[in-house]
Parts: sequence; C-alpha cells; structure tokens
Amino acid sequence: MGIFMNRYLTVPCEEKVIKELRSGDYVYITGTIYTARDAAHKRMYEALDQSEKLPFDVKDNMIYYMGPSPAREGRPIGSAGPTTASRMDKYTPSLLEIGLKGMIGKGKRSDAVKQAIIRNKAVYFAAVGGAGALLSKSIIKSEIIAYEDLGTEAIRKLEVKDFPVIVVIDTEGNDLYESAVEMYKEN
Amino acid sequence: MRTIHTEEIIKNIKEMCIEANHYLTDDMVLALTKAADMEKSPLGKQVLCQLQDNLQIASKDMIPICQDTGMSVVFLEIGQNVHIEGGLLTEAINEGVRQGYKEGYLRKSVVKDPILRENTKDNTPAVIHYDIVEGDKVKLIVAPKGFGSENMSRVFMLKPADGLEGVKNSILTAVQDAGPNACPPMVVGVGIGGTFEKCAILAKKALTRSVGERSQIPYVREMEEELLSKINQSGIGPGGLGGSITALAVNINTYPTHIAGLPVAVNICCHVNRHCVRIL
Repeated sequence: MGIFMNRYLTVPCEEKVIKELRSGDYVYITGTIYTARDAAHKRMYEALDQSEKLPFDVKDNMIYYMGPSPAREGRPIGSAGPTTASRMDKYTPSLLEIGLKGMIGKGKRSDAVKQAIIRNKAVYFAAVGGAGALLSKSIIKSEIIAYEDLGTEAIRKLEVKDFPVIVVIDTEGNDLYESAVEMYKEN
Repeated sequence: MRTIHTEEIIKNIKEMCIEANHYLTDDMVLALTKAADMEKSPLGKQVLCQLQDNLQIASKDMIPICQDTGMSVVFLEIGQNVHIEGGLLTEAINEGVRQGYKEGYLRKSVVKDPILRENTKDNTPAVIHYDIVEGDKVKLIVAPKGFGSENMSRVFMLKPADGLEGVKNSILTAVQDAGPNACPPMVVGVGIGGTFEKCAILAKKALTRSVGERSQIPYVREMEEELLSKINQSGIGPGGLGGSITALAVNINTYPTHIAGLPVAVNICCHVNRHCVRIL
C-alpha cells in the first residue's frame, strides 16, 4: 500500500492534473466544488434533455454528493458527509460527457459510469461516510445557487480547504473498492 | 393505573432525537476504539481514527455525527397499567420528532409520498413500533436510521430445508452486496423467524441491542460470533477501502415461525448506529 501518495489538489483544475491521480491516493482538495444529490441530478438531467442551461457550468468542475444538515448560527454549514454515489449513476454519464471532471461520494459505481470516467478522463473520490461533523470543518463557505426549493438537496457552491478524500476510480478505471478488498480478503 | 401526560412524551422524544444524533452509546464508542487498534490496513486505521475525531467534534461542537440524521424509528414498550393523557400518543411522538429536528438543527429527510417525493420539512412522520408489556412504565427507544445502510438491507424468505447454512449464507450475501455503500464498519441486525414483516422488525430491534452483548440462545450466540469473524475476513474494511474490520457486531433475534417458512431479515446499519433509550 506504500505506493499511494498524499496530494494537494486545487480545483477546478486541468485534465492533466486529474490524469496524475491514482486509485488509492489520499487527496486534500482546496477550491470551489458544487453539491448535488438525487433530486438536483434529476432536474439537471431533465434540463439537459430539454437543451436548457444548467445552474452552473459543470465543465472542469467537481460535484460533491451531499445534502447537509442545517447550519447553526455563525457557521457555514452543518454536518456534511458524502451520500451513496450509485443513486446518481443513472445521471452521471451525461454530466461527464459535457466535461464534469470529478465526483465525491461513497460506494460503488456502475460499469456505465466507470466507462464514462475512462472516456472523459475524470475521477471518482470517496470521502469518509458518516464523518459529516469532521468533514464540515473543511468547508469554509456555502451558498445555495439553484433549486432552493429542494431544501437540503439544493445545489450549493462550496469553498473547501484541504477537504480530505481518497481516489477510488482514476482516469484509467482502476477501482480501489475492488483492489483493496482483494488485498485484505481472507476467505 | 399510572398516568403519563403526552407533554412528557413530547419532551423526551425531542431530547432523544437530538441526543442520538450527537452522541453514540458507550458500547459503540468502545467498539470503534477497539476497531482502530485492531485494524490491519493503514488506510483503514486512518478512516477509523477519523471516525473517532468525528465523534469528538460532533459532541463538542454539536454538529450531527452524520448529515443523514435519519428517519426516526421509535420503539415503545408500554406497560399495560399506564394511561396516556393529553391527546393521541402517536401525535405526541411525531410532535417530539418535529421539535427535536427543528431545535437540534437536524436534517429533514422525510418525503410525504414515496413517488411524489415532497419533503415534509419536519422529518415526520416517525416509524413507530408499539408493544404492550406488563407494568406501569413506558420504555422509549429512539433510533434515527440513515438510508445509506437501510438501502442495503434485505429480506430473504428461505425454505425450512435451507436451514442454518441458508441463513448464514443470506446474511453474508447481504453484507457482501452492501460493501462500501453501507459505510462500514457496520452493525448487522438480523431477524430470523416470524412472518415477512415480523423478521424485519426483529432485525431493526436487534440493532438497538448493545454491540457487546451476545444472544442468550447458545446456537444463536455461536452464529453471531462465527458470522462476525467471517464478515471481517471479507476484506471490505472501514469505508470499504480494504481492511480487517468490516463489522463491529452481528446481533440476531429469533421468533417462532410457520411450519412452511424460514424468513430472514438483514438490517444493516453503518458505524453511526444511533439509539437512545429512556424509561418513563
């Protein structure tokens, strides 16, 4: 496991930086990312279908699959950990085709998503599920930019600093959920 | 006959919703600490250490342990010598949830209709299981349930001929399929017997048993220990990122069943296995 690297990544970023990331790398993300989960994905997918403009330009950007708990006074956000990514699988390839470069979530992705990741040179990161209090400390600013009626599922623009994630699927399609599990399997 | 006013129910349910979402029970904290010591994978160990930091931040800064503050599952054991006064008990429980989720800054994750999906904006209704017992007390258990792990739960309607091996295989299959999606290290609640719905309720209730407490029934206890060991050999590990700690406990409850059936429910819970218990 010693080959994995700690990296610092500023986003949005160019494709050549994404291509350097390897499945298993521990990455601290700084910059701007956007939240979207089930309901926001459905709306964006329908907007694309109608050739309407999306609430933000996904090109070269990253989506964090997350719906926060409400912020207490004076804080940017409440608890803010990742949700299960596979629920977004139906909508993800369309977003990757128009330039989405990264996704942060947890759990396995479908083969269709994996192929779209390889084809479009994108990356899928996992943040630690169920660590929403800890992860909220890396979010400096949060602003709802679209679909406010969806409440926790609205699209938020987040400013993050050293947000800790792990590369699960890299641009070549290597999948940590498969390789690491094999390494520790005893039966 | 003892009288309990619904105001007391509302107040307690409210406090319990907030408490359960910010503090894990001692048995869970201990199990997670032990897991961090025992984990063989460096990345797995790092994940487990982050989970410990997360628990500290949650309680110190009053930030929910997980942003998915769950659908509120409430178990009530009502002594039959108790009289509830001041309105409908079910409404009192929902009012407690409503107040707790608002005042505790908890996420409202419930939609009014499974297809139309409009958020109720106050996390009600709760899912409530009533049980009538002897005595003049009311036992409340509030167990907010996140859906990352709930979605990976399963019911298997086995045949009696499938026997113990069939049951074990079903449980291992459910855990294997859940993998990283259920936020391991998980707690595996199992219900065996009863009917289709009874086994699911047994499995849910099993999650509220201490992770350090084994079944009183010898063969069930053996099965709990054997399955935990097998699950931890699966390699899934903390966060599903590989490792030797995939589950903290397997808690199994059983119930009589029909001559033709062997229902098995596997209710998976993530490491944020929340429950709060009070006796009024």
